[in-house]
Formats: sequence, structure tokens, C-alpha cells
Amino acid sequence: MSTVAETENNNVEKKNNSRLAEIAKSLVKNKLSVFGLVIIALILLTAIFTPLITDYGPYEQNLENTKLGIGSEGHMLGTDNYGRDVWSRIAHGAGISLLVGLSSVGFGLIGGIILGLLAGYYRKLDGIVMRIVDLLFAFPGILLAMLVIAMLGTSLVNVVIAISIWSIPGCARIVRGSVLSIKRQEYILAMKTVGASDWRILFKHILPNCTAPLIVYGTMRMATAILSTSALSYLGLGAQPPTAEWGAMIAAGQDFMWEAPHLAVIPGIAIMLTVFSFNVVGDGVRDALDPNMDLNN
Amino acid sequence: MENQTQLLKVKNVKKHFPVKGGVFQRPKSFVKAVNGVDLTVFEGETLGIVGESGCGKSTLGRLVIGLEKLTEGMIDFGGESIGGLPDRQLKKYKKNLQMIFQDPFASLNPRQKIGDALEEVFIIHSKLNKSECKTKVKSLLKEVGLKEEHYDRYPHEFSGGQRQRVGIARALALNPSLIVCDEAVSALDVSVQAQIIKLLKSLQAKYNLTYLFISHDLGVVRHMSDRVLVMYLGAQVELGHSNQIYNNPLHPYTRALLSAIPRPNPKHKRERIKLEGDLPSASDYPTGCPFHTRCPIAQDHCAQVVPEWREIEENHFVACHEV
Repeated sequence: MSTVAETENNNVEKKNNSRLAEIAKSLVKNKLSVFGLVIIALILLTAIFTPLITDYGPYEQNLENTKLGIGSEGHMLGTDNYGRDVWSRIAHGAGISLLVGLSSVGFGLIGGIILGLLAGYYRKLDGIVMRIVDLLFAFPGILLAMLVIAMLGTSLVNVVIAISIWSIPGCARIVRGSVLSIKRQEYILAMKTVGASDWRILFKHILPNCTAPLIVYGTMRMATAILSTSALSYLGLGAQPPTAEWGAMIAAGQDFMWEAPHLAVIPGIAIMLTVFSFNVVGDGVRDALDPNMDLNN
Repeated sequence: MENQTQLLKVKNVKKHFPVKGGVFQRPKSFVKAVNGVDLTVFEGETLGIVGESGCGKSTLGRLVIGLEKLTEGMIDFGGESIGGLPDRQLKKYKKNLQMIFQDPFASLNPRQKIGDALEEVFIIHSKLNKSECKTKVKSLLKEVGLKEEHYDRYPHEFSGGQRQRVGIARALALNPSLIVCDEAVSALDVSVQAQIIKLLKSLQAKYNLTYLFISHDLGVVRHMSDRVLVMYLGAQVELGHSNQIYNNPLHPYTRALLSAIPRPNPKHKRERIKLEGDLPSASDYPTGCPFHTRCPIAQDHCAQVVPEWREIEENHFVACHEV
């Protein structure tokens, strides 16, 4: 028998590259995504090592040195109207943005995955779950977030809650679609015939096979979440002054648009760079996972 | 035949799938996938089930192992009724009823090493620890002609034939008494088919397995089976020993089916029975004999009266008025 297996084995092309390595390879080919990845890495490092790379605290006022311009001595990005170091506040804001983005996307994904799995796997739940999802879809996202904040009050935590809720329907739809196609696969039937529980089938066999679209969704969603957090904070619905949140910084800086434009422009550039990076990485991941690529290998 | 133990008894089994429509998704009509099958399967035999696609042979197999719920009828396994049992109670029978699937590329989780996939079967059904599971899986791999080092490989690293061996190992893991082979070799190329058939036969001899061998390939079924059941549009039309069916087909459908087998000798001319018309829709089920719409020897009463299931010669049954 072993000889039989051997001859068959020779017919199989050796594929040592794991799927992840292959995705990484085609991601690296995309110049724009590499740029995005580098920017994200820099932002992440800035957020983690904020105390090490800044000389001042984000809330440290110095009323003798207000509204210093870019390139001033000791203040590489100048100071604001209270003499706070803009670079410290930007670096501090990177942490806030990433944290809010990650947690709101994370909670949104968890909620969406649970709803999507239930709707896709149990036909009886499908109707009701998807109608709720449709209901959430009917609201423009930022309006939904404002509604939630109007009910819960303005704070960064409530922004996370609002954006999580807003992320749920999209994720639920993606997961449901994947579950519908995967649950008809023979390996799921095979698990049923050996007596596996629904729980085991859902989390051990179906969920790992719908990660690809979720990664793309999660990355794109990060961009939206960070942008929305800033937008809500700018409107005064999210982080409140003096929090060093980028959106709130723009709102505070716009009063000095003529005398010290960098107070509004620099946080704006920070938001733009971050959102742009997550978007191009999302695009790159999506292209890397393109159906033209053999997903099974 | 009579002195053998009955392992599986299928009594008047029906499976109707609702076709839903309208605003409230109410069932508008039913697809009669399996429409009244009576069958006894004896321990240690291979019962071949043949028929064209859509005749309900796969659905019958799935009903037997409990993947589909019965609409009507009874399924007895080892003397106990298992048809319509809820999943929780069915679990202890599932050890004895296993299935080998058609597509070796779709029947293994692409994200799972095959060692883990096989171990999972033991984790579900027994309280063995990790190393005991591993030993069992490795001996199982050898049993189906694979090697121990295949334990840590992913399905995509295997050929079709090897994957099917993994599928067989998974079905074999729990020492079942009945294995449903649903087109188990149809997706493989001919040389690999022969190896898998040989493996199935040697495993049967070793463990006294009973096979329900579902296939549309008449040659393979003849080679594998002790008895053969011919199905048409969800109904059984003929059942008998493999020799009886292949050498002396009685039902006009069986005759037409067998005349379609290609012969190796092109000079050997024989009459080819061609059926007129298409297979009727299973949602618009014909009255009387389901075959009367295409039958070359149909009479008037065939359209009204459902033919009886009659024993024509010893252990050779047929459902036809005109035989």
C-alpha cells in the first residue's frame, strides 16, 4: 500500500509556501500598500513610544510660548494657543486614534461575526437577524453614530460604542454570505456525520474559512473608524477638549486659522495619512486575496 | 440471504423537499426526492445503488446516516428505530453509520492538518488523551495506505486519491458497521479508482463492513456489489443479486440503463435502448408508475396504478406491471 501512496505523492506538486506567505508576497508587490504599511508601522511605533520620543506632556502648558510656528526651537511642530507642544499632542493622538479604531472595529467584528454565523447557519434565525441588519443599514453611518451619542452622551467610550454598532451590519453580511457557501461544503457534512456539535462546526470549521474577507473588511473599517472618531470629535460629540484627539485639535485650531494655520493643518495631515494608509493596505489585501488567486493553495 | 443478519431496514421511506414561494415563504409544492423505498441491508454485504442523477440515490444515503430528516417512513438500524431521532440521541448511532463523500477536494477542511482532522473524530466520541489519539490516527493512516509522516500535512499537499484515503480513514475511525459510499470513486481517475476500490474491499473483508455503494457508474457498481438496487425518480424499480441485474434485467428502465454501458469490443453490436423524452420533474411527480412517461412498453394502466414491488425470482424484485 505504501508504494501506492508514494506514486501518488510524486504526482503532487510540492507546495511549501503557506497561504499567508503568498498573500504577503503579492502584498509587497503593490508599492502603494507597502507605503501604507510603513506609515501604519510608524504611527504604531509613535503611539507605543510616545513618552520616549516627546519632550513635553500633551497637556503641559507654557503660556510664554504660545502659537510658535513649525520648526521653532525645542518645538519641532510648534505650540498651540496654550503653549502646548503640537508634536506631543499629535503623538498622543495617534495612540487615541489607533485604540479607538481597533476597539470599535474589534467589537464590531465580534458582534457581526456572531450575528452572521447565526444568520447563515440557522435558517430560522436568518430572516429576523438580517432584517435587523437591514434596519441598521438604512441609517447613514455618521447619523447612526450621532444618534447613539445623543442617547449615551458625548465621550470617547460612547464613540467606540457608536462606531462598533455601525460596523456590525457590514460584517454580519459578509460572514453570513461566507457561511452560506461554506456550510454546504462536504467537509462540513463530514463533520456532521462524525457527530460534531454545531458549536464545533461553526467556530472550528466555518469561521476559520471566512477570515479572508474579514481581514479586508477590518482593515478598510479601521480607516472609516478613525475618520469618524475625528469627525465626531471635531463636531464636539466625541473626545472633549483638552483631550489630544486629532479631530478635537482641528476644532480648537480652526479659531487661529490665520495666525497659526499649523494648529489645524497638522492634525488634518495626521488624519489623512492614517486613513489613506489603512485604505491602501485594505486595497492591497483585497487584491492579494483576489479570486483569481487560487484560494485553496 | 435469509440466514444473514439484517443490519439496516428501510421501510417506505420518503423525503420531500418543500419548494417555497410567495411573500410568506410557504411551501408551494414538494420535490419528491425519495418517494417510498423499502430495503433491507444485510451485515457484511455491499448493496449498490444506481440510477441517473436526480433519482434520489444520494438523498437515500443521507437519510440513512441521518444528514437529512425523514418526511415519512422508518429506518431501523441494528433492530432500533433511528429515523427522525433528534441529533443528540442520534450521536451514539453515528459511530456506527459513516459516510465517504464524493469530492475528495471538498470533503477535507483546507485549514486543518489531516492529523488534526482525524483526531477530532476521537475527541468528539471518546475521552482519549492527545497522545492516545495520535497513536490511533497514525495506525489509521497506515490502515488506508498512507504514511505516518502524512499526519502533519494539509489537504492541498495530497493528490485526489490520497485525500480519498483520508476520507476513508475518517469514516473508519469509529469502527462503524455501515459505511455509505456516496459516489466515493466517481471523482477519481480510473487507475486511482481501482486502488480505492481494492482498499474498500480489503477493509470490508477485515472489519466485516457493510457498504451502501451509491454510484452512477454501472461498471464500478457491478464490480463492488453483492446486490444492486436500481432507482428511478425517487422510487426503487429493481433489486436483485448483481448477476441477476446485469445478466437478466427485468425492468425496462434497468434494460435501458444497462444497454448504455460501453462495450470494450466495438464489433460486438447489440441493441441500444434509447429512452424518449426527459426525466420528469420530481416536483411534478407522475401518477401511477413513475417511469410510464418514458417507458417503451407502457400500457394505459401504467399511468394510473402504481406498480407493486414483486419478487419475480428468488431475491429478485421488480416494480413493473408488464414483467
